[in-house]
Amino acid sequence: MSMTENSMSAEYKEAITSLLFQLADDDFLYAFRGSEWLGLAPHIEEDVASSSISQDSMGHAAMFYQLLEDLGAGKADDLAHLRSAQDRSNSILIERVNGEGYYMETPNYDWAYQVVRSYFYTQAKRVKMDSLCESSYRPIAEVAIKVKMELYYHKLHWETWFKQLMSSTDVAKKKMNDAITLVMNDFGDVFSFGNLKQKIESNNLLDSEEEMKKRWLASIGPVFDALQMEVPAIPNHPVMNGRNGEHTKDLDEALLTLSEVYKLDPVAVW
Amino acid sequence: MTASIDVSIERIFEVLMNVKDPEIDSVSIIDLGMVGEVLIEGNKVKITLLPTFLGCPALEFIKTNTVNAVKKLPEVGSVEVEFVFHPPWTSDRITEQGHVNLKKFGIAPPPRYFKEDGSWHVDCAYCGSSYVSMENIFGPTACRSIFYCKSCKNVFEAMKPVSTLM
Repeated sequence: MSMTENSMSAEYKEAITSLLFQLADDDFLYAFRGSEWLGLAPHIEEDVASSSISQDSMGHAAMFYQLLEDLGAGKADDLAHLRSAQDRSNSILIERVNGEGYYMETPNYDWAYQVVRSYFYTQAKRVKMDSLCESSYRPIAEVAIKVKMELYYHKLHWETWFKQLMSSTDVAKKKMNDAITLVMNDFGDVFSFGNLKQKIESNNLLDSEEEMKKRWLASIGPVFDALQMEVPAIPNHPVMNGRNGEHTKDLDEALLTLSEVYKLDPVAVW
Repeated sequence: MTASIDVSIERIFEVLMNVKDPEIDSVSIIDLGMVGEVLIEGNKVKITLLPTFLGCPALEFIKTNTVNAVKKLPEVGSVEVEFVFHPPWTSDRITEQGHVNLKKFGIAPPPRYFKEDGSWHVDCAYCGSSYVSMENIFGPTACRSIFYCKSCKNVFEAMKPVSTLM
């Protein structure tokens, strides 16, 4: 063990806590947005696949919240359900609605957006997990090794959709390109560590923001080359930075929905 | 009161052989390679389990079932069961007996290796034919994929291979 809770400096603990909230909140919201597709995906097999990916991702979020609980940050379930938007550190990209309309009414969700967001996010998550496997914080490295094995299948899935839709009809290509624009507009905080950047990077928790951006671009490069497309640029300065608690109203609405049942009876055993 | 008997590791493993996957009652957690360590100190037993897939809802059931099964041994005083991530569970931890028992349930065991392009092949869990097609890499649970056998015309499932090399 390179670092245990007892031997941890206050700064180290602050840095790992902040990073864990970023990872946990990302996967939690990603799983929630994914689950909103249930019954709406383009075909039945996709419903099975999407649900499985959402379930895996919720499992990953649960692990990161558990590591926070182990650090004394509070109960994992409470951390997932009871924190307000301003205390959340997920990327803006992950909180965005799936499209127009509400799940319970007339959802006009955008499948192209789901494919692009999921593909780009999954590749970003792989880059982070790869780096976390070497983390100075052993518990997170062990979880990252597990997460990576499951992500292999997620990446395969979204990459297949991405390539197929980008090689499809003009309408499909137009929808996909519009989705790429939307996703990249929000991509500025995906690799941001927020205000704790310096502390997270200097404690060898994972590689620097810049290094991971490079690896992300390299990871999607071959797919874009094959499609004869330019790799999209990551915005340098996010308009809003979710890592610092800056969020859109989409997150407020998502939190109201996803915590509704939990708040009915927070001491219930599930 | 009877004199206390030492807890033997063989007895613990015998009991664990009967802790089944809640969704696949032909395979035990030993078959699946989910048991990490069994530590015995006096009449206290500590067992570490390795989770298969992190979001698997069966994990909590398995934990409870493990505690309850070991508690039934009269010589056991206390039982502690904990999930750990090291070593990571990989599909090659499934034992030979596990492969046999999975097939009994109609699930093809995970392949031992990936092909060079990252793809993998399983034979039909029912008739053993190689003439199968993958219908969905994702299945009804996180750990399974769905296949169709063109020989016996059955839909069957397969355990996904997972490896640290992925």
